[in-house]
Amino acid sequence: MKRVQFEHSAVPYLFVAPQILIISIFFLWPAAQAVYQSFLLEDAFGMSSQFVWFRNFEDVLSSSSWTRSAIFTVVFSVLVSVLSIAISLFLAVRADEVVRGAKSYKTLLMWGYAIAPPVAGLLGNMLFNPLMGDLYMAFNSFGFEFNHIENANDAAFVVILIAVWKQVSVNFIFFLSGLQGIPKSVQEAATLDCKSPERRFWTITFPLLAPTTFFLLVINLTYAFFETFGIIDVSTKGSPGGSTATLVYKVYVDGFLGADLGGSSAQSVLLMIMVSVLTVFQFRFIERKVHY
Amino acid sequence: MFRKTLMAAAAVFALGNTAQAATEITWWHAMDGALGGVVDQITADFNASQDEYHLVAVNKGGYEDTMTAGIAAFRAKNQPNIIQIFDAGAATIINAKGAVKPVQDLLEANNVKFDINDYIPGVRYFFADSDGKMIGMPFNSSTPLLYYNKDALAKAGVDVPKTWQEFEAAAPKLKEAGYTALAQSHSPWIFFENFMSRHNLQMATANNGYDSTDAKVLYNNDALKDHWQHVKDWKDAGYYGYYGRAWGANQDAFVQQQVAMWIGSSGSFGGLRKSAQFDFGTSTLPYWKGVGDAPKSTFIGGAALFAFAGHSAEQDAGVAEFFKFLTKPETQYYWHKETGYVPITNAAYELAKKDGYYTESPDAEVGIQQLSEEGGDWTKGYRLGFYVQIREVIYREVDKMMNGEETIDAAFATIEEEANGLLKRFNDTYSN
Repeated sequence: MKRVQFEHSAVPYLFVAPQILIISIFFLWPAAQAVYQSFLLEDAFGMSSQFVWFRNFEDVLSSSSWTRSAIFTVVFSVLVSVLSIAISLFLAVRADEVVRGAKSYKTLLMWGYAIAPPVAGLLGNMLFNPLMGDLYMAFNSFGFEFNHIENANDAAFVVILIAVWKQVSVNFIFFLSGLQGIPKSVQEAATLDCKSPERRFWTITFPLLAPTTFFLLVINLTYAFFETFGIIDVSTKGSPGGSTATLVYKVYVDGFLGADLGGSSAQSVLLMIMVSVLTVFQFRFIERKVHY
Repeated sequence: MFRKTLMAAAAVFALGNTAQAATEITWWHAMDGALGGVVDQITADFNASQDEYHLVAVNKGGYEDTMTAGIAAFRAKNQPNIIQIFDAGAATIINAKGAVKPVQDLLEANNVKFDINDYIPGVRYFFADSDGKMIGMPFNSSTPLLYYNKDALAKAGVDVPKTWQEFEAAAPKLKEAGYTALAQSHSPWIFFENFMSRHNLQMATANNGYDSTDAKVLYNNDALKDHWQHVKDWKDAGYYGYYGRAWGANQDAFVQQQVAMWIGSSGSFGGLRKSAQFDFGTSTLPYWKGVGDAPKSTFIGGAALFAFAGHSAEQDAGVAEFFKFLTKPETQYYWHKETGYVPITNAAYELAKKDGYYTESPDAEVGIQQLSEEGGDWTKGYRLGFYVQIREVIYREVDKMMNGEETIDAAFATIEEEANGLLKRFNDTYSN
């Protein structure tokens, strides 16, 4: 028998141990708990419980409000990610070109980063208050019959607007540093070869930003799926008619407000599956097009 | 070194303190803002009134947050002694067998005199079991009331409507005077639950859910659907303002004088007195003349205090002592006066009358008068599981009725189907 080539040492395991521990305590354990709970019907206080196999999943999947929420979540997440990436890319390219007052522009575009989602939701709430909201008044005075209290599309517009606005500054920071990482020599060579700045952007700059864009796509989708919860909770609360309730918001309403542990665990397991599939898809199919 | 000595000294001091100090009992509640201040005052008064027990009151956010915190703490075996649970959550805590000690048993075991007839009729049985034993101690009890802008009504030349028929006659005149006639802040509570009580209509099978968790809602009935058809028509005619499901948005419309009348809680009285820049009055919840046998008394809204199980006899005695203090006429009168919630005992109501509080501000009496109106078979309350989610279903369907996405019939069919699905889940969860 040939001896194994490498000496196994315990040191690397020691180094990853803290991280493994954190993941186990804050992710694996609760996730396992959720999977277990999703097979139970249990009263909120834990006085009695019974194993019901897939009853909770059947109840969730057969409810029309869950389906509506799932569709909204997908549309919402795609729109929020694409829009916030596109807008911030545009802003970053422009801000990168600015010479006079560059610092001020950049700071102003970045500081939205410091705002927590619920605070963003609160700001949106004020801007769209039907009695005194500036944007609400403005839209209506331009002749749109804007009413997010009653109209599902208008309400979706409000939450998407707030979510995108909140995320743009995060993406902006990454794109700006990405742009500044492109070597001057490459840019100068490109300028000699091609006069059109637009073509230069699409053939040189954008491909060089691809790793950043891919990374942002992943974190933006996660943001749209999970972190926008705070925005929705303080702005629309899923209204009108449940049209702006994302899946995470529904998990919260049924589990935390409604004390239905089995039902909301089943929902979070479904959500976990959806997000895992999406992540695998992104890494397998989209990442192939990215050159590092 | 110095720091260590200091810490040791502090520890010794703290230990010494608890050794001779009173038994500590904790109370998690959902009263924030001005209401929280009143709770703190009551807590301080209780602590000053005796030295055997020390009560610590902690605000845990809103009603839902408080219930969730209580559930989490109970599961971690770290529950407080007293928790405030709201009307819609009552079934969840009462049906979890063994989670709480019935307040009536707790008081009797600690030799505190208890007679359910000392409580005003409206609050007696809402938090009781089907045999009439009180499980939760009613605490902040409110009822839906109509608030009206006196200037607006005078300008339009109309009187306060007692019935919806009178409202229909007054609404066009208010519109002419430049006002939307009406808004209200809580569709499930005001225009569903209390609609049923006010007209003495049965809200759910199994004795409104008190007798069994195997119950079904009876919302899909002609009287209620007819009411909502009217609401929709009023909205389309510009008599009814729908500002969404948020409580505050609808109240703001009244405060800013866009809406002439607003239905909110009797507990809103204190806050409105501060925010409204005009003279307003209160009146009873309107009813449809000729529907059911209206007018009957309304349900109490608000919340009750529950004593969690799993504490020492000594601490439970402290809880009983606090409940005794809380139901004293003086405490109740103070609470009533500061918050607008109704006094829960007859003695406290008498004290408020004797003190001349209602001659001074007659509007403060409307809530308790409404709760003391003649009761019927279906006015004592309801006990329905997953009712928080059922309210969510109602909110959602009201949105759809108001924006025309669904007809009244379709919305009520959905409410019935989804509510009964939730009740079945609850029954399957809790009845084994």
